[in-house]
Amino acid sequence: MSQDYHGHEIKEPIGWLDKPNSVKRFFFAIYLICGALLAAEFLLFGTENVHPHPLEESMRFLVYPIYGFISFWFLVLVARPMRKLLIRSEDYYEGGSDDAE
Amino acid sequence: MLSSLPPFVLFFVGAIVIAFTRGTVRKLLILAIPLIGGLNLLFGVEPGLHLQFDLLGYTLTPYRADKLSLLFGYLFHLAAFLGFVYALHLGDGTPEGSVAGEVGEDDIVGNASAGLQHVAAMVYAGSALGAVFAGDFITLFIFWELLAISSAFLVWARQSERSYATGFRYLIIHVISGVLLLSGALMLAHETGSIEFGHIGLAGTGAAGWILLLSFGIKAGFPLLHNWITEAYPESTPTGTVFLSAFTTKVAVYALARSFVGTDVLIYIGTAMTFFPIFYAVLENDLRRVLGYSMINQIGFMVAGIGIGTSMAVNGAVAHAFADVIFKGLLFMSMGAVMTMTGRTKGTDLGGIYKTMPFTAGLCIVGASAISAFPLFSAFVTKSMIMVAAIEEHHYVVWLFMLFASAGVLEHAGIKIPFFSFFAHDSGIRAKEPPRNMLIAMSIGAVLCVLIGVFPTQFYTLLPYEMDYHPYDLRHVVTQLQLLAFGALGFITLVKTGVYPDEKRAIHVDAEWFYRKAGPWLVGSVGRAVTRVDVYVRSSVLEFVGLIMHAAKRTHGPVGPLAKSWPTGSMVLWVAILLVAYLLFYL
Repeated sequence: MSQDYHGHEIKEPIGWLDKPNSVKRFFFAIYLICGALLAAEFLLFGTENVHPHPLEESMRFLVYPIYGFISFWFLVLVARPMRKLLIRSEDYYEGGSDDAE
Repeated sequence: MLSSLPPFVLFFVGAIVIAFTRGTVRKLLILAIPLIGGLNLLFGVEPGLHLQFDLLGYTLTPYRADKLSLLFGYLFHLAAFLGFVYALHLGDGTPEGSVAGEVGEDDIVGNASAGLQHVAAMVYAGSALGAVFAGDFITLFIFWELLAISSAFLVWARQSERSYATGFRYLIIHVISGVLLLSGALMLAHETGSIEFGHIGLAGTGAAGWILLLSFGIKAGFPLLHNWITEAYPESTPTGTVFLSAFTTKVAVYALARSFVGTDVLIYIGTAMTFFPIFYAVLENDLRRVLGYSMINQIGFMVAGIGIGTSMAVNGAVAHAFADVIFKGLLFMSMGAVMTMTGRTKGTDLGGIYKTMPFTAGLCIVGASAISAFPLFSAFVTKSMIMVAAIEEHHYVVWLFMLFASAGVLEHAGIKIPFFSFFAHDSGIRAKEPPRNMLIAMSIGAVLCVLIGVFPTQFYTLLPYEMDYHPYDLRHVVTQLQLLAFGALGFITLVKTGVYPDEKRAIHVDAEWFYRKAGPWLVGSVGRAVTRVDVYVRSSVLEFVGLIMHAAKRTHGPVGPLAKSWPTGSMVLWVAILLVAYLLFYL
């Protein structure tokens, strides 16, 4: 049984995510898809590319997976210090304090 | 008959009529007007100048149709139709199963302002149509201002103190944009003798070109001019925001595509727009504001495409505008449905509602997939045109930024929006699905997202330029999926390691700080300084006058030495003093 913000017990409904191992299965599916896409990279390597590309074929290996993964980390690692600098209370513009909760 | 009338006429007349109707009649009218107008445009209007006349020595063209304006014309009719289907329940009271009252949001739908919302939305849609079919700057200016005024009413329709203030700021910013448009147009007319709304560019147009670009830039949400979007969208009603997201920025994109194709500076402005909002979107708690930042990010792609200026890039820009209205509309509709049924739009307050709102969650995920450019969804075939054009024109750094921004889109719109609203932790909210009309509007949007993604060739026939582009080659599909899947893997690792920032009940200051804090502070400080100087000068002068009065009293007062004799005696004395002084100077 889960609880809401006020500590009241919630009896139902039971959602898909409440079932044991659902999240694990979902993550496993993502890992599987990533693995399949890596395998596809090996199969596609050296095949003809229809669209133009700035990188030579030899330099293009695994560029998209690495770029996608690093982009997320870069995004968050820049956003975190940004938050420290820019965060204010919700009523900051209505005369509230500078500090957020 | 209808074909010869500019499309806005039907909407404006419709707005007057619906203002005096209620209930079912009004509901039928608000659905029929965009439907009839759209069908007429699709089957009854050919490219050409349909209305033109001379006035005060200038040629006004209120109705010019070509492939570019027709594309936006179809889009705005479609957006209006979807918006009105979504807004059909306004005035019917609180939807069944809504728990918005729990948080004091008894009229979150805006039933009290239902008529205002319907009429304002009708005028707003008509103004957008008036703007895209305008063939001269004077006509454009009129509809530019009508867009501003009518849409401000959609912000005010929320009827909260905050929405009133936000609406006024919104209106001021858009009126400034209108004033700049008129100034630029008059300067251009002075230089060239023409007020035709056509290609301008920055070369050879002097200040007029820059002023017009600034005017369009305000409405398009250029960096530092973008905060009207992130301020107004979260403050409107659930339905109001759906309309707001469809028209103003897309009219600006149309205007840029009409007048500034191939203007290099737009490539860099657009790239900046794709880049900076995604950092804010990571941090923002209000999910409708996240979509506001997402809007700027997507417009960035369009602006960059217009700047690149090739037929592929411009086709990509306007195609992406078309797709964006639908998938962003769908996302705003899904967040509006959440807001309607729960009274909440913040990540900290939501979560777990997929259990009782599974259809809304599913439709939101379709919108999220479309904006993230998953294969078989709309942005996959529209955004990639802009990115391919960037490579073809050797803008490799721009392309890298766009690729990063594409991953960022997945983060905030693809994952964050559905995750924090429908999944994440269980908030305990047990709201039901929204009214049927909202679900129907969202479903139509979702189907269109897929149709554009699955049948791009048919969609391409609507675009302004001929082109031969096939998005579905195996390499493109695999690389795009790699970018997205490994981005998702990045998200999982960020959450599992606790690096991903928590949602916080807070705001993150942006460029609005300059006019909401720094500006008032500056004006207040200058005012206080002027007041202090004024007080000092006034008191000094009064003190000086007092001293003179005191001295005069001492000499001329009742006990003063000069009061002892008649004024004639005093006069003789002064004459004697002056004569002595004269004698001394003379010697």
